[in-house]
Amino acid sequence: MDSKLALYIVKRVLLAVFTVFLVITITFFVMRAIPGGPFLAEKSPSAEVMAALEAKYGLDKPLWEQYITYLSDLIHGDFGPSIKNRGRNVIDLIMEGFTISAKNGLWAAGIAIAIGLTLGAIAAVFHNKWIDKLIMVLTSALVAMPSFVIATILLLLFCIVWPVLPANGNTEGGLILPIVSLALYPMSYITRLTRSSMLDVMGQDYIRTARAKGVSNTKVIFKHALKNAVTPVITYVGPMIAFILTGSLVVEKVFAVPGLGDYFFSSITNRDYPMVMGTTIFLATLMVIMTLISDILYKVFDPRVDLG
Amino acid sequence: MKKDINALPKKNPLSLQLDLSQFEKATDDEKFMQQRMRPSTTFFKDGMRRLAKNKIAMICLFVLIAIVLIVAFVPMFYPYDYSSQLGNIKGQIPDGSFKNLKPFEYSTTELKRIEAGEKIFPHIFGTDALGRDYAIRVIYGTRISLIVGLFASIIVLIIGVIYGSIAGYYGGKVDLVMMRLVDIIYSLPDLLMIILFSVVLKQTLNLEGTVFEKLGVGMISIFIVFALLYWVSMARLIRGQILTIKQQDYVLAARSIGAKGGHIIRRHMLPNCISVIIISTALQIPSAIFTESFLSFMGLGVSMPMPSLGSLASDALGGIYTYPHRLVIPAITICLIVLSLNLLGDGLRDAFDPKLKK
Repeated sequence: MDSKLALYIVKRVLLAVFTVFLVITITFFVMRAIPGGPFLAEKSPSAEVMAALEAKYGLDKPLWEQYITYLSDLIHGDFGPSIKNRGRNVIDLIMEGFTISAKNGLWAAGIAIAIGLTLGAIAAVFHNKWIDKLIMVLTSALVAMPSFVIATILLLLFCIVWPVLPANGNTEGGLILPIVSLALYPMSYITRLTRSSMLDVMGQDYIRTARAKGVSNTKVIFKHALKNAVTPVITYVGPMIAFILTGSLVVEKVFAVPGLGDYFFSSITNRDYPMVMGTTIFLATLMVIMTLISDILYKVFDPRVDLG
Repeated sequence: MKKDINALPKKNPLSLQLDLSQFEKATDDEKFMQQRMRPSTTFFKDGMRRLAKNKIAMICLFVLIAIVLIVAFVPMFYPYDYSSQLGNIKGQIPDGSFKNLKPFEYSTTELKRIEAGEKIFPHIFGTDALGRDYAIRVIYGTRISLIVGLFASIIVLIIGVIYGSIAGYYGGKVDLVMMRLVDIIYSLPDLLMIILFSVVLKQTLNLEGTVFEKLGVGMISIFIVFALLYWVSMARLIRGQILTIKQQDYVLAARSIGAKGGHIIRRHMLPNCISVIIISTALQIPSAIFTESFLSFMGLGVSMPMPSLGSLASDALGGIYTYPHRLVIPAITICLIVLSLNLLGDGLRDAFDPKLKK
């Protein structure tokens, strides 16, 4: 590993750490700007009860002191107690939801990458044939659909019009539809990305050289072209994870999956501020780390990329 | 006194002055070759000509124009209103038969009036659970989504262009500092931050008495969020363009005759990145519509009773088993708008900047 790459990695890691810090700071101060605090939603407690509650959650101290406490708690992995779910810690709730969401997300990501790469390669190999056009029409339509539209249309098709799959995410087989709805958009995106980068690679000189040497078509495609066409897809992995995580917010609502998205959603409507803050910070950190990894991998795999 | 040019005397026999008598006169054929065969075309006209040849882009443009005309003019003469609950007339007993009508179905009171010989405009898409005409709600929802998409993109455009061109033009330390800020905002998870800001702005913004009151807190908070976070990719793009254009000789010429920075950016640089600006704005609109519908679906978008395509779909989710059309109609509308804008944006890119074509 040369020093330029090492410097790049150090710079990116520092930026990522700073970004996470910024997210925490923004989340903290922005959430504190909400008037009334989290207890007003309940049937108005008396002044003494309010004071006691604020003292219990440390809300009576000056803002900067609360901020320092929150930061040091975060470093120790303590996201504070949930206000609406009595006696539960935010981090426990997050981990509980996240184990379900992460499983769905990984399935969705795996499906998206596997099918996306295959379809993209097929489209590029049969460039301008009917199969290429069909794939392009389908993926163009799919990238025009927000995740909640995909989720609700799938729900309509496979649970109501042609009831073959359960609509509730808690039942057996109930996770198929949420996973498919999460996977379709990134799958289409990866297909288009692979196709264009594959077409780019197929026009390169070394492919012509390989063909001129008499290498078989399959070998050219799999050994020479696909290997190099895959690299741009790596850059999409970070954004894809981010997309799947935020997409799961609505998809889990549609299919009633008891994942992190469902918790986040209900904590927004219930005004459970520690939960909203905790989930935002948790998801943001995850996304920043994923983007960091995919960016670094891209530079490692493709040395031609300018290390700006 | 008129001199015959062919008989110009030579001043000096050693002079290198050309002897005009050595020249042949141009023939008519040669003169014809110099004639302009057709009016010279401008960059814009050339792009539009190429765009007009793109069938898919033209179909999308047609669809979009049709949608815009519908949402702009139909509400003017449509007999129903997006917020009035048809069964509830002040001072009368609420009429429940207006609620949850199927497409083209009439309520019992309306049927009586029709029997009496009155003509009543049909509820094309039926009514919703509160007895509001659904077709007009979809039309208003589309209007809201389009307005949000357009204005959010304009905000992004203005901030991004100003920021990017200043950073690109001044370069050096200014550029370094400005672009660090862009890097940081760019690395923030945008959708999460948007949700957070929307949650907070919905609680804190007080618009009473201002011009924005009618728009509602939800829409203003979407604009604020876009203005805060979404301009960075536009700024990056413009900066990159400005950096290349800065090297051109005409910029050097302008600077050497004493033109000020702002003047050079406005008159010489921005007109030369107009294609990039048009294309990325066209592609920004669908992504803004995406975000707006996502937020509205989560209940963070426009305020009640104003509809938006996302909130219509979200409301319809509860009655999906009995009234699936209420979900399908806004969902298809969103897809149609986003798809048309995406394909039109691709067409614009191909027409105005063939180099950008992937």
